[in-house]
Amino acid sequence: MRTSRRAMLASAPALAVALLRPAGATPETMQDAIRDFLGEAGPVREGRVTLDIPPLVENGNAVPLTVTVESPMIAEDHVRSIALFNERNPLPQVLVAQLGPRAGAARLATRIRLATSQKVAALAVMSDGSVWSDSADVIVTLAACVEG
Amino acid sequence: MARVLLQVPATAKRGEVIELRTLIQHPMETGFRPGASGELLPRNIIRRFVCTWNGEEVFRAEFHPAVAANPYLAFTTVATESGTIAFTWSGDNGFTQTETRPITVET
Repeated sequence: MRTSRRAMLASAPALAVALLRPAGATPETMQDAIRDFLGEAGPVREGRVTLDIPPLVENGNAVPLTVTVESPMIAEDHVRSIALFNERNPLPQVLVAQLGPRAGAARLATRIRLATSQKVAALAVMSDGSVWSDSADVIVTLAACVEG
Repeated sequence: MARVLLQVPATAKRGEVIELRTLIQHPMETGFRPGASGELLPRNIIRRFVCTWNGEEVFRAEFHPAVAANPYLAFTTVATESGTIAFTWSGDNGFTQTETRPITVET
């Protein structure tokens, strides 16, 4: 039996869905992951954290970023952990760092993967339990994880 | 053994905040990517990184598949006393590697 042109056209959306990658993180799963990470700590407030990430990147396979947190980093007042989350990769978590007064400054730099244009969030948990955050929108022209 | 690039100052003043930069060769295979046969390649990533100064932990990180291949990590620490800084990466398939660097702290 020959497949008619119309039947082929009708099946095209199904084919497109089959070719897409499995459903990944969404803004909601990012919020869930943040809640899991924080546990009792919170609420999340904007400020004190600076997420430095290019607003437009060509290659999502390695996006450089720097997180800096304003903190004296002394025994009574320091950053306990810094965490990175994303909205639209297959998984919402990126990296969790544990530091303390021995770090001297609350600053870290790394390179991450971004599957598509999305929002990246950085959170810092302080020694007093307060949580501060910053987020940035990144436009990705060549996504990570597309090539086979 | 994976190739490692470390940037650690040889000397520092006591109390100075120094930056340590680390890079390790690793594919960080996400587990979401199909291979040549079309099957998903199994996940193979570095999960943990720990930095110790004379045995005392100064920094620790947990990686997820969204960390880029050949993980790069730069962070800071306070120079306290002369000794050894150790960097340990561990992850899937029993991967573990430790590198050490000597450091002299002047008063």
